[in-house]
Amino acid sequence: MTQEDFRDILRIALLSGLVAASASAIGMVRAFDERDLIVGVLSVGQLLLFSAPAVAGYVAAGEHETIERASALVSGLLAGVLTSVPVLILILIGTVFPSIRDFSGGEYGLINVTPALIEILTFEQGVLTGSLLLAAVMGAVGLISALVYILPRTLGRPIIMAVLWTLSLTLLSEVLQEILRSIFGVAGLRAIFGTAGMRPLPALVLFVVIALVYLWWQGPGRDQLQERLHTAHPLQQRRVRLIAFIVLFVLVLLAPLILGRRLSDVVNSVGLFVLMGLGLNIVVGFAGLLDLGYVAFFAIGAYSVGILTSAGPLGIFNLSFWAALPIAILAATLAGVLLGTPVLRMRGDYLAIVTLGFGEIIRVLATSDLLKPYIGGGQGILQIPRPFVAAPGAVELQIIQPQQFYYLILAGILLAAFVSWRLRDARLGRQWMAMREDEDVAEAMGIHLVKTKLLAFAIGAAFSGLAGAIQAARIGSIFPHSFSLLISINVLSLIIVGGIGSLPGVLVGALFLVGLPELLREFESYRLLMYGALLIAMMVAKPEGLWPSPVRRRELHKDEYEDAFPSDVAENPFTDEPMAEQVVESPNTATK
Amino acid sequence: MPVLDARNVTKRFGGLTAVSDFSFAVPEASIVSIIGPNGAGKTTFFNCVTGFYEIDEGEIFFDGVPVIGRSPDQIAHLGISRTYQNIRLFPEMTAVENILVGMEPRLSSGWIASVFRTARVREEEERALEEAAELLRFVGLVDKGNNLARNLPYGDQRRLEIGRALASKPKLLLLDEPTAGMNPRETAETTAFIRVLRDELGIAILMIEHDMRVVMNISERVTVLDYGQKIAEGTPVEVQNNPRVIEAYLGRGAAAQTGMETVAE
Repeated sequence: MTQEDFRDILRIALLSGLVAASASAIGMVRAFDERDLIVGVLSVGQLLLFSAPAVAGYVAAGEHETIERASALVSGLLAGVLTSVPVLILILIGTVFPSIRDFSGGEYGLINVTPALIEILTFEQGVLTGSLLLAAVMGAVGLISALVYILPRTLGRPIIMAVLWTLSLTLLSEVLQEILRSIFGVAGLRAIFGTAGMRPLPALVLFVVIALVYLWWQGPGRDQLQERLHTAHPLQQRRVRLIAFIVLFVLVLLAPLILGRRLSDVVNSVGLFVLMGLGLNIVVGFAGLLDLGYVAFFAIGAYSVGILTSAGPLGIFNLSFWAALPIAILAATLAGVLLGTPVLRMRGDYLAIVTLGFGEIIRVLATSDLLKPYIGGGQGILQIPRPFVAAPGAVELQIIQPQQFYYLILAGILLAAFVSWRLRDARLGRQWMAMREDEDVAEAMGIHLVKTKLLAFAIGAAFSGLAGAIQAARIGSIFPHSFSLLISINVLSLIIVGGIGSLPGVLVGALFLVGLPELLREFESYRLLMYGALLIAMMVAKPEGLWPSPVRRRELHKDEYEDAFPSDVAENPFTDEPMAEQVVESPNTATK
Repeated sequence: MPVLDARNVTKRFGGLTAVSDFSFAVPEASIVSIIGPNGAGKTTFFNCVTGFYEIDEGEIFFDGVPVIGRSPDQIAHLGISRTYQNIRLFPEMTAVENILVGMEPRLSSGWIASVFRTARVREEEERALEEAAELLRFVGLVDKGNNLARNLPYGDQRRLEIGRALASKPKLLLLDEPTAGMNPRETAETTAFIRVLRDELGIAILMIEHDMRVVMNISERVTVLDYGQKIAEGTPVEVQNNPRVIEAYLGRGAAAQTGMETVAE
């Protein structure tokens, strides 16, 4: 191992170690330690801690391609052990100077470096033994990580995938329990799950099963399946697709029955963000107009329904939800046009700043004393009735339960997704795309920029207004502080994480950025930190998003695409067929 | 009546007069070139005609209709289309999509109808796709319809840009240095192609070009701009021998010398 190799290993190890130590120092490890992934074996906090040496070991093993297997293992082990150094220093500081917690009255102190944290870091084995144990465990994790790295790809990938899937599924133990209750019964669930997390044996079984399935899939499985599908009769292919679609649709329809009350509510939150995401996707993804004040339209939709339907002192109209809904959507749409008109000539950053201001104006207006007699100021609007629907048996049914709201939101999403999809593939979608690519040329080609931009703003605002209207009826009351800038940022982030311009990406992004934090309440205080980390990681590793639109994929992975289609590219732009000439010329120059 | 008729056009940028009292006409179905040294105001004039710049003085008529006061998209609808000096395709859209955007002035389906995908919308899209395929064949990009514009070789990009400009079925086509950066073979092809446009489609072509062989080869009339002013106008041969033109291109001394040579001959 050369000195250079060692320096690289040291760098990645200390970097990972610092991340682990910081996560401990700010209290993440301790907070997440409450939730078990695998009962008695691994908590979320420990996962956070030990993913550091895992990453360090993996990277260190792959640092130099020429490295031999044995030395790759040594590198992994070394990286793992070195990763523990910053954490060990933290333990040392916490033990020797417990006063660091309340340095200058706790204001600047590391208030989270508590004995409880140190107990977690040292496996409750005392500082000395525990520290050694920590270094050893981290070293072992690094070694295993390196081992996985040097395994052949066909073996390594299934293991990595199985680890990731098992961890994800154990993280979602609560959801799984809810879903599996009807199948296994309470006794069966107790055998598989603890209060939080999965029991070790089922987790191991899960790991092995996933690894085997993946092994089969990347081996003969995928090819066989594809071959069977391709060689099948076209009619059969259609039937397979139809059946898959029906199964999916039935699952979506029955979801609230399986999920139960609490999870349905979580799904509803995700759904409303999906609805907003679909709207913002039109503005940002399709038309390329960066809108940071998107929450304004959500607020306008919610307040419209609030004012029009409230049974409280502020509600003077007492309309039904269904009568108020179109008015709310219209109000949001008009607001979209209103915002769009003055910013038509602005591009990029300027547009972002102005829309940001617009969002704040709406929020400030909502809290203002000026409008308090009409929209309630800081106290908001209360007593918003739940919508009624005609039910079989001529009795009107009131939508109260989350499981019932689910269908209302689902209908909204399906409508918005359908409109988005149709518009994307139509003339308007092309106009948006052209405008996004080059505004001047688009105009020179005959595209009416004002109309095209305003349509994007208006349609995007309409979807958000719809989401706001449903939200008002769902919660039954609205308060201005729930329409903060953070909502706009959330919606934008979920589009980016899902993949800008991609319709399924909106769903994936919302599940990740809204669903997960809702499920894992301990994450709440670290939500923004995780957002930031996730966004940075995404931008570095997968800038096109988790489920990218085909356009983005080709935009951001130019090189790979160019490798894939070498015929259309990589030619000298100034010469189409220079090869022959060069061949002729070179002997001449040689003879001179 | 000329297709394009510009009268006393002046365009200033602050203290700089980019185009000064410029009168100029393009007869129907003709090929006319504007030449001149860099910064002479050629592209500025193009931008005035296509509505990107507001002119300070003068008038421009297209087919007898005043162009001044109309926005670029309205002017595109009148029947003027253009290409750019440094190719400006929509790089992340496919070749077909680029052509379809160029077809905009001739499409009419509304967005609500496209949500419901009415029979009329479907018909229009189908027809547009067919025409786009035809146009791709015409500019020599068969089978490249689904390639991203960015991934096309340079010559193809030039061709695609002309195809996009043709998609609106214009009466007047403005080409800004159509052969820039091309090798001699490509230049010859493009020159022939421009002539085909005029002969077969009857489109009037106004061209900015630096390659004198191209200019002299296909233009019926040539106008020379220098510092925003017209210094010569006429047939290629007339312009070629005009001492003021030689002076503008090569400097005063060269003009005197060439003049003497001409005398000596």
